[in-house]
Amino acid sequence: MMNLAPTQTRPGETRGDHKVVASLVPHGARVLDIGSEDGALLDLLVRERQVDGRGIELSQEGVNRSVARGLSVIQGNADTDLADYPDQAFDVVIMSQTLQATYAPREVMSELLRIGEQVIVSIPNFAHWRNRMQLLFRGRMPVTKYLPYEWYDTPNIHFCSLRDFVELCRELDAKVEKAVALSARGNKIPVNAPWWVWNIVAEQAVFLLKR
Amino acid sequence: MSADTQDPAVSDPAQPVTSKANEAVSPSSKIAHFPADKPLELDSGVELGPWQIAYETYGTLNADKSNAIVVCHALTGDQYAASTNPVTGKPGWWSLMVGPGKPIDTNHYFIICANVLGGCLGTTGPASINPETGEPYGLSLPVVTIRDMVRSQARLIDHLGIDTLFAVIGGSMGGMQVLQWAASYPERVFAAVPIAAAARHTSQNIAFHEVGRQAIMADPDWRAGNYIQENVRPTKGLAVARMAAHVTYMSDESLHQKFGRNLQDRDKVTFGFDADFQIESYLRHQGMTFVDRFDANSYLYVTRAMDYFDLAKEFGSVRDAFKDTKTRFCVMSFTSDWLFPTSESRRIVKALNAAAANVSFVEIESDRGHDAFLLNVPEMFDTIRGFMTGAARARGIPAPGEEAGA
Repeated sequence: MMNLAPTQTRPGETRGDHKVVASLVPHGARVLDIGSEDGALLDLLVRERQVDGRGIELSQEGVNRSVARGLSVIQGNADTDLADYPDQAFDVVIMSQTLQATYAPREVMSELLRIGEQVIVSIPNFAHWRNRMQLLFRGRMPVTKYLPYEWYDTPNIHFCSLRDFVELCRELDAKVEKAVALSARGNKIPVNAPWWVWNIVAEQAVFLLKR
Repeated sequence: MSADTQDPAVSDPAQPVTSKANEAVSPSSKIAHFPADKPLELDSGVELGPWQIAYETYGTLNADKSNAIVVCHALTGDQYAASTNPVTGKPGWWSLMVGPGKPIDTNHYFIICANVLGGCLGTTGPASINPETGEPYGLSLPVVTIRDMVRSQARLIDHLGIDTLFAVIGGSMGGMQVLQWAASYPERVFAAVPIAAAARHTSQNIAFHEVGRQAIMADPDWRAGNYIQENVRPTKGLAVARMAAHVTYMSDESLHQKFGRNLQDRDKVTFGFDADFQIESYLRHQGMTFVDRFDANSYLYVTRAMDYFDLAKEFGSVRDAFKDTKTRFCVMSFTSDWLFPTSESRRIVKALNAAAANVSFVEIESDRGHDAFLLNVPEMFDTIRGFMTGAARARGIPAPGEEAGA
């Protein structure tokens, strides 16, 4: 998978959402990162959490770069290739900024919950206030610095709001163990707020789920 | 240890190259002999003995014997992966991959490369002397399989006192051996790198091999396999077999780029059957040089071994072949390889995923066809280097550039 929601970091800097994801992964866990890009998150997890890590990445270039840096990554597609894995094959399955680009997010979520004991999903929040304003006042599909695509060229084909995602988790009987709301830069939003507030102010969020 | 090891003869390119017949019986490489009471059990049910395996080593085995790598060669390869071939005088077939500072770094790893069972450069094969008759085996050698080749290599590893291999690596038929190693001896293989390989030989692969075998057997000088005793050589048949096979190792695009419809040393076609086109001349040359270094009966045996290879048949399914494996895999294919296409590598990867194995899969963009694994393909070297470094870290042995104190 490509990284479909660009987060702004300087080269060599660890992305904020990666730091949050890493903090949720137990040491030494067996981890599958779906949409592992060039292996940045996987590399972080191997170095800092000593995980037994694997990756699936759609772009061949990303795969080759990851393997060349010593990571275990295969070329594959979340919509079709998760079916190969046995039940509970991993302690943690991670899908970072990728779910909104899958063809069938509900089926993908079911597969994640089947193959992982724990599931970490991060998604962009389409109900962020800037998006709401653009739709409301300009009458145009939102285009922001964080989600820079026009409607006709976006790879993000299944957007949802944070509330929509929580609702899907409920339908799939997945328990939200933890949720962290983030700004576009991946900084934690340091306030405790009810869901409807986060659904307006957070540009992205990281969820820790369990079946 | 019942087998004894001879020192390797130092190969010197300045010396005249030795004859193929000598190399089949007493190779210039290292060699391990196993007497009749230490036979090799073959898939065919035959116990082969006495038998021998010819091999080369590069680099140094470390104190706890944890840095050994077996390199498996392809159909017409040999044990001279990184040293001069005594028959052709040419550099080792994988000297781009194996050597000091190369992706398979001989400064850090101990590399073993053995001639395959059924081969013709010193390991027991159809040109070896049958001790019962005192004559070359010819077709009286039992048919061997990929699993038999791997069994013979495992016996060699035992003989060298090595318990677990750090890695097994090979392309094409070498990749088949890698898969067989990982399936048959999972606890002895820490990392496995099958390149341009498949878990089975396809119908199309078998078909091409059959064309080659029929070409050899149609040569009147084949003499039902007894050509050595009758002092002739089925060179024409073997050359045709090689020509047909060589086409399958290249892509349409690489042939087109290299030769196009260019004519050979002439301005116009001759309205005859001479080699008008460069591609014809090239293939004839490939055929004729091949017969100088390869034994026709060996070609029959080794192609047969590939045809019989089917991991799913042996284990029930490819997934079951790798059930509960702890081996780290790096599967690699090339975009223009139509002989062992990416789809076959994907089949292996799917099975490894189903076994929840640790697997990397890299498809490399190349227009060079199946032979790409032997050529200068920087992305392949980068991938192998990275995979080896990651595996070395996981194994707890120093990877190149990561020595203690360095």
